[in-house]
Amino acid sequence: MVTTWNRIKNSDFIYHFLRDPVACVSFMILLVLVVSSFAAPIIAPHDPYNPATIDIMDSELPPAWNAEGTAKFLLGTDDMGRDLLSTMLYGMRISIIIGLGAVALQAFLGIVIGLLSGYIKRLDTILMRIADVQLSFSTYMIAIFIGAIFQMMFGVANYEQIAAPLLILIIGLAEWPQYARTVRASVLAEKKKEYVEAARVIGLSNIRIMWRHILPNTLSPVLVISTVQVANAIMSEAALSFLGLGMPMTKPSLGSLITAGFEYIFSGSWWITILPGILLVLLILVINLLGDWVRDYLNPKLYKG
Amino acid sequence: MSELLKIKNLNVDFALRERTLRAINDVSISIDKGERLGVVGESGAGKSVLGFSIINLISKPGYIDSGQIVFKGEDISKYSYDRMRTIRGNQISMIFQDPMMTLNPVLSIGEQMRETVFAHMNVSKAKANEICVEKLKKVYIPSPEKRLNQYPHEFSGGMRQRIVIAISLLTNPDLIIADEPTTALDVTIQAEIMDLLLELCKTDNMGLMLITHDLSVVSQVTQRIAVMYAGTIVELGDTATVAHKPQHPYTVGLLGALPQRAGSEKRLNQIPGVMPGLAKIPAGCPFSDRCSLVGDICREKRPQLLEKTNGIRVACHFVE
Amino acid sequence: MFAFTVKRIAQGILVMLIISFIGFGIKHNFGDPVRELVGERVTPEERAQIREKLGLNDPFMVQYVRFLKNAVQGDLGRSFFFKKPVTEVIAAKAPATLELVFCASLIVVGLSIPLGIYAAIHPKKLFSRLIMGGSIIGVSMPVFLTAILLIYIFSVELGWLPSFGRGETVTVFGFWDSGLLTKEGLRHLIMPSIALSSIMLPLFIRLIRSEMMEVLESEYVKYAWAKGIKPRRVWYVHAFKNTLLPVITVGGVQLGIMVAFTILTETVFQWQGMGSMFIESVTRADTALMVSYIVVVGAIFVVVNTIVDIIYGLVNPVVRVTGRK
Repeated sequence: MVTTWNRIKNSDFIYHFLRDPVACVSFMILLVLVVSSFAAPIIAPHDPYNPATIDIMDSELPPAWNAEGTAKFLLGTDDMGRDLLSTMLYGMRISIIIGLGAVALQAFLGIVIGLLSGYIKRLDTILMRIADVQLSFSTYMIAIFIGAIFQMMFGVANYEQIAAPLLILIIGLAEWPQYARTVRASVLAEKKKEYVEAARVIGLSNIRIMWRHILPNTLSPVLVISTVQVANAIMSEAALSFLGLGMPMTKPSLGSLITAGFEYIFSGSWWITILPGILLVLLILVINLLGDWVRDYLNPKLYKG
Repeated sequence: MSELLKIKNLNVDFALRERTLRAINDVSISIDKGERLGVVGESGAGKSVLGFSIINLISKPGYIDSGQIVFKGEDISKYSYDRMRTIRGNQISMIFQDPMMTLNPVLSIGEQMRETVFAHMNVSKAKANEICVEKLKKVYIPSPEKRLNQYPHEFSGGMRQRIVIAISLLTNPDLIIADEPTTALDVTIQAEIMDLLLELCKTDNMGLMLITHDLSVVSQVTQRIAVMYAGTIVELGDTATVAHKPQHPYTVGLLGALPQRAGSEKRLNQIPGVMPGLAKIPAGCPFSDRCSLVGDICREKRPQLLEKTNGIRVACHFVE
Repeated sequence: MFAFTVKRIAQGILVMLIISFIGFGIKHNFGDPVRELVGERVTPEERAQIREKLGLNDPFMVQYVRFLKNAVQGDLGRSFFFKKPVTEVIAAKAPATLELVFCASLIVVGLSIPLGIYAAIHPKKLFSRLIMGGSIIGVSMPVFLTAILLIYIFSVELGWLPSFGRGETVTVFGFWDSGLLTKEGLRHLIMPSIALSSIMLPLFIRLIRSEMMEVLESEYVKYAWAKGIKPRRVWYVHAFKNTLLPVITVGGVQLGIMVAFTILTETVFQWQGMGSMFIESVTRADTALMVSYIVVVGAIFVVVNTIVDIIYGLVNPVVRVTGRK
């Protein structure tokens, strides 16, 4: 942990970062998006969770620049009369929280499983076989299946109440193999190196070797996939919500907002679905661009082209 | 003898993001028709870059900055891509270091041989096969007709290098550039391959540029030796003289590091330090920071490659 | 090669057993076969009788083996909603999904190979930069959003293309409802296949480009240049043939994964295929249908993966001769 951090701090990380305009702009946009979503209760003009402030008569108002729009609702209102801007900010907060939570869970599962299978030969075959099968089924499919099973177990009403933690669990369970494989590969690479041999010779326990010596060295590939995985988790959440296996309309994420607005595009109310859609794509895009940059930076081998 | 290849004041640069590095610094060298020249040096001395620059195939971001490469009287360094292609693999062919890596794993031997024939000769497939078989026989591959349909992984390392040599012979070239052709092979096979190469060059009167870090290999095969250090030639002369009476302190050190020359009781003589990277070549003589004879002049002035008393050319301020 | 094939098939069967076990586990815990058979208006005594008759009180493993036996004979149970055997329901829906996947695969393969090769050969050119920029936007765009955007632009605003359903279909071979043979059917296919391909196309372009660029750096490509052969041959024969191996392994699996994305595409376009059927079965708590979808899709994945592995073996001479990887 310490070594990676020092490497980042002392290297020309910042220097290269500042010289890459795409990375800089992406980072700025991401920063604005994250800050504004977490500051939603303070900066949002309305409170979409408070039914008292919502008037159904305001429903489907277009954005303010449109002739029929009002300045009260900058980006218009949705089908229930909620201010779209505020709902999008709150929705983005939910999307980001679920994305980060799911990645934390995946990373935890994946690192533990990856370390175990990289270190204990007997577990390796079976664990990696499971990972392979799960990957070949696509993480989306697995997430949708787990979501469907959970919904059947809990019933729709209960499911919706605990949707956020459930989604973290679903996406976490679906996507751990990415991490497990990455960690396992670098554990196998590290294990061959002499310092691990030396640590074993001086009689350190396996757990200590794993934790203190091998784990820190696997962190840079983990960092590389983590950025992309956050984007993937947010996308998975949106997809699950779109299928009705995600956040309920009372507490919408960006995905459920898009779903809710979908049927209204036929009557011309495009903003209810398109605006949250643009926000979602922007969020995922900047994370992916940053992820690409981090990968190129930590893997200069690829850079020569 | 007539001159086959003449390199004049060649400079090769590598353009990195921050700065440009010089990999080949003012190298002049020539090869006569049918002559065998050895280029010796440590890895990173620029000998491979020199070989590749002759056929204008330096890996990016390297490029020829200035100088001439005159092949059969024409400066080929400024040839267009298509014109260069008629020379590459045709009049000048190359043999690479690792036969495990140079043959394409998904194409059969026959395919990889025929494509070279088709690239340079207008012949039918049957005729091309005939040429391939003939050359495979020349490198002593048994039952060559059958072998044509096999894939590289079905051959041993030594066999693969024979095939690579056969490919280089397909067009009856005037010059073969062999870049460390035996380094990746077993010691026992190294000698076989070297003998084969020597035999082929002699019978067909082909020129050979043998690039290697192994002085003992060079002294068995070549007529002249060029010793390279940090992108420059430091000593150039006929093999017997350079190998037995080296003048430049670097060559002396290089020979001293060979096991058979140091007697059994003596320790191997090592040159202290390592060759500097391209970015850290000292001003003045590039060898100055490892040289035992070093004086003030060495740190200020780069020595010229000049002919010394016994007909050998040496780039050193202290050799008379 | 024979041993290799047998081994791969055995592995596939093992995976199918695990999937069927999970599927049966779900069915056993959440499904109600009595309801599936006779509906809900039955007295508790009759229910108990039927349960005993159906062997639902037998131990779990006994029931699982029975489930397997039936499954092998093509009997996966009855759909509560459709009042039909699930295999019949799925067989009726499958052509819609498979045609969609087929058209999307054509788009993906047909575009990604030329674009990926171009971007690898000329990495610095403007068009390559456009391809790569476009592909990262494509990767960041959820498939259902692409579908919604397409509908908004081409159906709602321009009115060029139909926004839902399959249009006119023709029954071929007596069981296959094809939309590929009528003009309306093809018109209905355009947007769903573009939407479905939109997720894989950028992935394929990036994959082909990066693999090809790696191969172009290899020694044997450098040697090919040194032999003086034509650039086209170096690119398309030496480099691309080696690029194909990893692309087939990763790509084949990815094309199988498109079946997963049909769930999203079909939902947006109300495409009457297996994907929308699955989501409906979840909302209707039609356990038998849901489980059979999982088993059938699992089987499709296993078959695709096995075929991909075997093709990989055929293309790669190292595997072909020695029979192992």
